Amino acid sequence: MNSPIRRISAGCLLLCVALLINITYVQAFWADELNARPENRRVLLDEYSRERGPILLADDTPIARSVPDDSEFEFQRQYPQGPMYAPLTGYYSRFYGRTGLERAQNDILSGEDDRLFVRRLIDMATGEEPKGGAVKLTVQPAAQEAAYEGLEGYKGAVVAIDIETGAILAAANRPSYDPNAIATHDFDEQTAAKNDLDSDEDQPALNRAFAQRLPPGSVFKLVTAAAALESGEYEPDSEVPGPAQYDLPLSDKPLGNYFEGACGPGGTTTLIEALRISCNTAFAHIGNELGHDALLDQAERFGFNTQPLTDSDMNAATSVFPDDASEPETAYSAIGQFEVAATPLQIAMVSAAIANDGVLMDPYLIREVRGPDLVSPIEQTEPEELTEAVSSETAEQLTDMMVEVVDDGTGENAQIEGIDVAGKTGTAETGREDEPPYAWFTSFAPADEPRVAVAVVIEEAPDTAREDIGGGALAAPIARDVMEAVLGS
Amino acid sequence: MSLDRARERSRVDPPAAESVVPRRGRGTELILLLFAIGIATFAYINVDLGALGRVPPNALGYLGGLALATGVAHVVIRIRAPYADPVILPIVVTLCGLGLAMIHRLDLADDTSHATAQLTWMGVGVALFVAVLIFVRDHRILSRLPYLAGLTGLVLLMLPLLPVIGHSVRGARIWINVGSMTFQPGEAAKIILIIAFAAYLVQKRDALALAGRRFLGVDLPRARDLGPILLVWLGGLGILIVQNDLGPSVLLFGIFVLMIYVATERISWIFLGLLLILAGGLGANAVVGHVAERVDTWLDPFADPTGQIAQSLYGLAYGGVVGTGLGQGRPDLIPIAESDFIAAALGEELGLTGLVAIILFYALLASRGLRSALLLRDPFGKLLAAGLAAGFFLQVFIVLGGVTKLIPLTGLTTPFMSLGGSSLVMNWVLVALLIRLSDAARRPVPSSSPSASSDTAQTQVVRIR
Repeated sequence: MNSPIRRISAGCLLLCVALLINITYVQAFWADELNARPENRRVLLDEYSRERGPILLADDTPIARSVPDDSEFEFQRQYPQGPMYAPLTGYYSRFYGRTGLERAQNDILSGEDDRLFVRRLIDMATGEEPKGGAVKLTVQPAAQEAAYEGLEGYKGAVVAIDIETGAILAAANRPSYDPNAIATHDFDEQTAAKNDLDSDEDQPALNRAFAQRLPPGSVFKLVTAAAALESGEYEPDSEVPGPAQYDLPLSDKPLGNYFEGACGPGGTTTLIEALRISCNTAFAHIGNELGHDALLDQAERFGFNTQPLTDSDMNAATSVFPDDASEPETAYSAIGQFEVAATPLQIAMVSAAIANDGVLMDPYLIREVRGPDLVSPIEQTEPEELTEAVSSETAEQLTDMMVEVVDDGTGENAQIEGIDVAGKTGTAETGREDEPPYAWFTSFAPADEPRVAVAVVIEEAPDTAREDIGGGALAAPIARDVMEAVLGS
Repeated sequence: MSLDRARERSRVDPPAAESVVPRRGRGTELILLLFAIGIATFAYINVDLGALGRVPPNALGYLGGLALATGVAHVVIRIRAPYADPVILPIVVTLCGLGLAMIHRLDLADDTSHATAQLTWMGVGVALFVAVLIFVRDHRILSRLPYLAGLTGLVLLMLPLLPVIGHSVRGARIWINVGSMTFQPGEAAKIILIIAFAAYLVQKRDALALAGRRFLGVDLPRARDLGPILLVWLGGLGILIVQNDLGPSVLLFGIFVLMIYVATERISWIFLGLLLILAGGLGANAVVGHVAERVDTWLDPFADPTGQIAQSLYGLAYGGVVGTGLGQGRPDLIPIAESDFIAAALGEELGLTGLVAIILFYALLASRGLRSALLLRDPFGKLLAAGLAAGFFLQVFIVLGGVTKLIPLTGLTTPFMSLGGSSLVMNWVLVALLIRLSDAARRPVPSSSPSASSDTAQTQVVRIR
């Protein structure tokens, strides 16, 4: 009887191997897919019962944190400052998932990131409950508060950038929303808040500072001026034609100024003067003289047509300078209209590059990633040069020209006592009839030793008469407050 | 393989074999038992540490209870079965300990107190284990009344169908109530039927081994010898249809087919058995909706994401390679994790690593039984040991394979681990029989043969074919 017993033993061994192979497949290879299945409550419960790491500002103030809670999820996500940072933090909701930094930095915050692997091993060995790591931002509370306060009553956004490093010091949006209402564990409250958010035509959940592309209008003249100076054919005091109306090539429609009349006596002006008073006809002329390719090249060196903030995965929009344009389109492009579209972040980058001797720094939002003890750094962002946007000589000339704008031009509202401020206004046509224009302002200060660059856009100002809407009137004071907040700190 | 080598060695060098002193292995068993109790106690403490962050207050009492039960079993083996295989009892204690720890862990999550009951049942199991070793001094007495044993087994199987005492749990009518206690008589029936099969097949194997017609290169049995297998097949189908429980019928029929193969050495019985299983399965599929449902769930476990298989897979996946650690997973999300799905709960908290260890424990236990079957000298003993060991592993395969989506799920308990007194107690009886058989297998033959030490006993085995 031994031979069948041996065969049966071999059969048992076969069954045993089949079991082992199968569980190895399930637990080692299929596991990730199983864990990712949406209806798998285990992963959800685990994620919620784990202490999620905080999101901190530059001074370690938390703008998102998890506090112990009596519910089955054990923790409740809180956003102490609510709407002020909502477009940055996003929300962390059981039913609606994650947005903003909660989404982009989820691996670190939840503790799943590979960089926390060793920590997880230690936790596993010691039986410690795993915790998430902290994400520390570059945002300064004073600058953010000034920006958010300044936007009150408007629809718009503000971005402030540290000139030397490219660190984002403020990124404020109005209107905003309260992420606490969507992060609550109360299903009805959560649903109601989410429905309100989705149905709001003003899109409070949109991070306008990074993701709202608008025609930049006259602030784009900085790019055109930079291209002109870089071409070698222009100096700040070069004479340029600045008639009341610029006759577009190949078109019957003339291009006019925002104001009545010509930009100087006899229809001529200088480059510096054209920028000071924001002369459309002069820049349209310069644009066509330089040609589309030169403008495109200059715009791209300032960061157009490249997505910023990819490191932090913040879904920032790519600002656009059109690839191709006819002569009249190029004229409009040169004054920031036609298909040119820029985010506030992009416009702040233009100012920051000019302020930084022409070198464009890669903007970044996350200063540091820390381990679950909230102290030990895991990764720090090193400032990085992106491109040389203009030569340092051009940068100097542009700075002088921008100082003129604030000293004695369209940007007087941005003046700060005792400090030279460089700036540029913009009032951009929306491209739709009967709609008030977008008011832009970008600036940096101090002009001689720049520290902060700001871009402000007001998309809508319901309480302001249409003729009063303009970059100098609405946006410049906000930029001033933000610059003061940064310089004062 | 090792067997052939051993045979070769003894042929070359018979005098060496003669001088070997029979090793009983009781010291080895004691040391392994200390490890087993250590693992079990550590797992129990670990559950509380992981789930509640404290050492359980009754840890010492638990250790004491476990050590006492194990100690009694060990002492009785020393007295009654001194040559028994030293690995069997430690494996059983480890498996029981891990099962108890997991049941305790689920108690914490579900606020129940099954673990105490289970520990008590383990005590009862050890008592029966002792009783078997004391009263069954030689396994051959079990072969005396095959028909009575068969009848007893059948009666036990039928008990749940009786009107007053029988009742169903989760659709399976396999339980009886006696007073306030419930039993699954099928567990006892399984062992008694294996004994009956072994006794019967030893008597009838010559007839069953006779070749009939040759078909596709396989000698088919004679038609008139098909009676017994058809009877058991019908019995299995009967259980399936009447009691609405797939697992036991497949297991019983499978064991019978394996034993008939061992007895007759004719592979045709295996083919015939597989054919009958297939036919029975297809037939049952048409009659009992239950079976089709099981197959559907197996093919698409996520059709019902709250279902057992889906939850079991989620648990296993969540545990991953090293597991969440005892007390730190969510095995309470798996429906009936404490009985049928305890392996999934263990896989979640101990990970692939732990589950592999558990499967290897089962395989090792089965291999010890099969080894005894090879070593034993009497056909009844061989057949019984093979039937018990292979049947045991077949059950492990059916339940673990079902839980891990290797095969369709059928209702069977995980030996030694699942919550449930009947299963635990009867598996202790099964182990007592294996101990008894291994003792007989390893015991030196009293006089005649010079090379009859336990180490070389293989050399005595006579190949029939």
